[in-house]
Amino acid sequence: MSNISEIQTIEHDVIVIGAGGAGLRAAIECSKQGLNTGLVCKSLLGKAHTVMAEGGMAAALGNVDPRDNWKVHFRDTMRGGKFLNSWRMAELHARHAPDRVRELEQWGAVFDRTEEGKIRQRNFGGHRYPRLAHVGDRTGLELIRSLQDYGIHQGIHVHMECTVLNLLLDGDRIAGAFAYWREKGRFVIFKAKAVIMATGGAGKAWRITSNSWEYTGDGYAMAYDAGAELVHMEFTQFHPTGMIWPPSVRGILVTEGVRGDGGVLLNKDGKRFMFDYIPERFAPETADTEEEGNRWLAGDKDARRPPELLTRDVVARAITREVKEDRGSPHGGAFLDIASRVPEEAIKKQLPSMYHQFKELAEVDITKQPMEVGPTLHYCMGGIAVDADSQQTRVPGLFACGEAAGRMHGANRLGGNSLSDLIVFGWLSGLGAAEYIKSLSSKPEINPSQVEEARSEAVAPLNRESGENPYLLHEELQTIMNDNVNIVRTKEELETAIEQLEELKKKMQTVKADGASQYNPGWHEALSLHSLITSAEMVTRAALMREESRGAHTRIDFEGEREEWEKVEVIVRKGESGMEVIKQDRPAPPKELADIAYATLEELEGTNG
Amino acid sequence: MAERTIRIWRGDENGGEFVDYQVEVDEGMVVLDVIHKIQAKDANDLAVRWNCKAGKCGSCSMEINGRPKLSCMTRMNEYEPDELITVQPVKTFPIIKDLVTDVSWNYEQNKRIKPLLPKADAAGKDFIMMQEDVDRVQEFRKCIECYLCQNVCHVLRDQDKKGEFVGPRFMIRLAGLEMHPVDAADRIPQIRDEFGSGMCNITRCCTDVCPESIGLTDNAIIPIKERVVDRYYDPVAWIIRKMSGADEKREAEEKAADAKQAELQKTV
Ligand SMILES: Cc1cc2nc3c(=O)[nH]c(=O)nc-3n(C[C@H](O)[C@H](O)[C@H](O)COP(=O)(O)OP(=O)(O)OC[C@H]3O[C@@H](n4cnc5c(N)ncnc54)[C@H](O)[C@@H]3O)c2cc1C
Ligand code: SF4
Ligand code: SF4
Ligand code: FES
Repeated sequence: MSNISEIQTIEHDVIVIGAGGAGLRAAIECSKQGLNTGLVCKSLLGKAHTVMAEGGMAAALGNVDPRDNWKVHFRDTMRGGKFLNSWRMAELHARHAPDRVRELEQWGAVFDRTEEGKIRQRNFGGHRYPRLAHVGDRTGLELIRSLQDYGIHQGIHVHMECTVLNLLLDGDRIAGAFAYWREKGRFVIFKAKAVIMATGGAGKAWRITSNSWEYTGDGYAMAYDAGAELVHMEFTQFHPTGMIWPPSVRGILVTEGVRGDGGVLLNKDGKRFMFDYIPERFAPETADTEEEGNRWLAGDKDARRPPELLTRDVVARAITREVKEDRGSPHGGAFLDIASRVPEEAIKKQLPSMYHQFKELAEVDITKQPMEVGPTLHYCMGGIAVDADSQQTRVPGLFACGEAAGRMHGANRLGGNSLSDLIVFGWLSGLGAAEYIKSLSSKPEINPSQVEEARSEAVAPLNRESGENPYLLHEELQTIMNDNVNIVRTKEELETAIEQLEELKKKMQTVKADGASQYNPGWHEALSLHSLITSAEMVTRAALMREESRGAHTRIDFEGEREEWEKVEVIVRKGESGMEVIKQDRPAPPKELADIAYATLEELEGTNG
Repeated sequence: MAERTIRIWRGDENGGEFVDYQVEVDEGMVVLDVIHKIQAKDANDLAVRWNCKAGKCGSCSMEINGRPKLSCMTRMNEYEPDELITVQPVKTFPIIKDLVTDVSWNYEQNKRIKPLLPKADAAGKDFIMMQEDVDRVQEFRKCIECYLCQNVCHVLRDQDKKGEFVGPRFMIRLAGLEMHPVDAADRIPQIRDEFGSGMCNITRCCTDVCPESIGLTDNAIIPIKERVVDRYYDPVAWIIRKMSGADEKREAEEKAADAKQAELQKTV
């Protein structure tokens, strides 16, 4: 195909890239706002990463503990994020999550129920009250299926197994996107006035990860190449409990719900070691004896929560330390025991997919034996920088939401706050895009030379006579990141990573895909290397700049939180001569919000409003 | 570690053949791991669908030694060390390439189904639903859309009556909506006339392959057939049920169930 006029062109008002919770919710809103909406995704509809989410979605409905309200949720989120979160985003999230969850129920979601027949909520790390609306341990499936089954009746045009490679610009504003169909390998141009990026994260840059093949950071790289800024990229969340044995399942997630429902972490000596790792900031709200932890589990409202439910960064570091000091489990992790604490039937009812996962993949019966777990790369807190209210990036017409967007979660995300983030900011980005399109006075035009450039870049790996194996380059990247940009970081290792990434970029120039363009995973792998490596480089450079330890970012050469670093955020963007990484001042928090974040619990309880 | 032979179907809509691959199999590996290993080393362009690798997304369905299964949940040690393992795409849907098939027909069926319509007094308000009243609905909602049940249902697989029957996956979707405590829509006429509930003759093959252990036949399809029978053979019971509350509804159902059993046998 030499002439770009032969490339298929599809026109919509807006295209949403990504059909996870964020993209689906955004597309539904766009459609409700009267926009002709296209929804593009790499996999089949309903298979996005969101489907894997287990534990629940956080919303201060107050169904289980009426003391809960948006302010306490907001306070928990800010404290979990070590105060780096966008104040406004954390506020919008906490205020709107309950209505977005209720709306899901109207659209067909069937959550677990309380005794009174309301949506049941469970405990999770960092959340003061039982707050996570859930369905056993398959909440993500419920979310995605509800949005999907409702969404397909809203007039949305769904383009499945279609991978977007580049954003197309008219001057500096959005004009559309360039993509290919997986099945035939043919290219397609999407003409659109606005694009909403809901592509999720970049976990596949690491070897041990809970993420699926889709998480190659495409959204980060495309937005970066189009001129958007990225923020907080140094904050990558390692979930403390991934499977570690057998090797082929290493990284697969074990939901925090296991601990929320009573599971405890033990070292090889059978000791509940988390009591030794309670940070000062959380000490007043954490149980300091097993006896108190047990009372809390039994529902005693005066007891404080057990330390296993501290935020993920704290728990992941504690496990890493136990292993390092030779107190780990046989395969280099910790034991997670629910068998001796919760009756068999209750485990099977509350955690059915965990039960199956261990039974079938590890031959472990979690109702009888402890699990072996260790940290796994799970979530990118960082992402595309957006305006808190409209979700627009600094590229006119480019919006972002869900895991693809940054700032909502600060230095560390609380469990359950992602699913609620998807539906709140998916909704808002739909409204934002509609607003933007209304304000346009002229229609953006596609620039043919940009399309031609994108096309020739895309076919290059197929046309080379010989070259690097894309799968092996991907493995090389994963080794670099696992060895050098892991839970605890140092300047030396980060610098090593940058050098190695530069080498890898050179090799990528000669990557070769065997075979033809029809449904060719080798070619897709080759095409995703650019996004993977760009995302990895952003994380590494940002991590090198932030000289402190905060939330999910731990520098052994700069221990502890440093006050001056609370006032700035690290921004990454494309400069004239490569990647620019800068420190940017954060605006001072609005007084009302600061008052809530720093208030005592007593001051906030039961003040729903 | 042991070396094994895996036979994989390679080809596209124009035909293809089985190709043997030698692989080192490590402890704990599932069939999908082995396919990935072959893909990375020997066959970069081998097409296979997958996402979660944990039995949660339903992407990786295929036929392994003749059994329809999720390849990410099928451990290599389920097979004898010297057993040849043969992997091929699911049969009921058209082949795109290698292990990947065109399942778009399923998405079309889903679109034909009327979504949840909350009753007037529940619309816009918090639903009050008791756990025991939604247990069944939640069972059906565990479905990961792997389409293994669609693949084995002989109405679709052998008789190829895709125009007449939506298949077991969508029978449970319909059942889940019909049994939803606050749903007000009526799908029964459509279930009989358009979705082909009468085509199913309760062979239970769908139930046997469901990786989510959903009781498709006994818990969804038979009760739905009963509702169809009620409506067309005993409309009075239906009217009573429609007009009464949830508790009476269950009672009426139980009473009607026995009486309907005979009728039911005639229609299947
Ligand atoms: C195992 C697991 C359990 C989790 N449990 C929880 C939980 O209990 N609670 C919670 O709050 N969070 C949980 N999370 C996190 C949460 O699931 C994710 O952060 C969230 O689902 C991300 O949703 P999203 O809509 O942003 O993206 P996704 O759901 O990942 O969707 C991304 C979409 O973008 C598409 N896409 C990507 N690149 C391209 C491209 N180039 N072209 C076209 N399409 C593209 C993909 O096909 C996909 O449709 C969990 C995560 C994992 C891995
Ligand atoms: S029980 Fe019915 S739906 Fe299931 S496989 Fe048999 S005929 Fe098909
Ligand atoms: S009902 Fe079971 S077999 Fe059928 S699609 Fe759903 S999960 Fe798969
Ligand atoms: S890859 Fe998701 S079910 Fe197998």
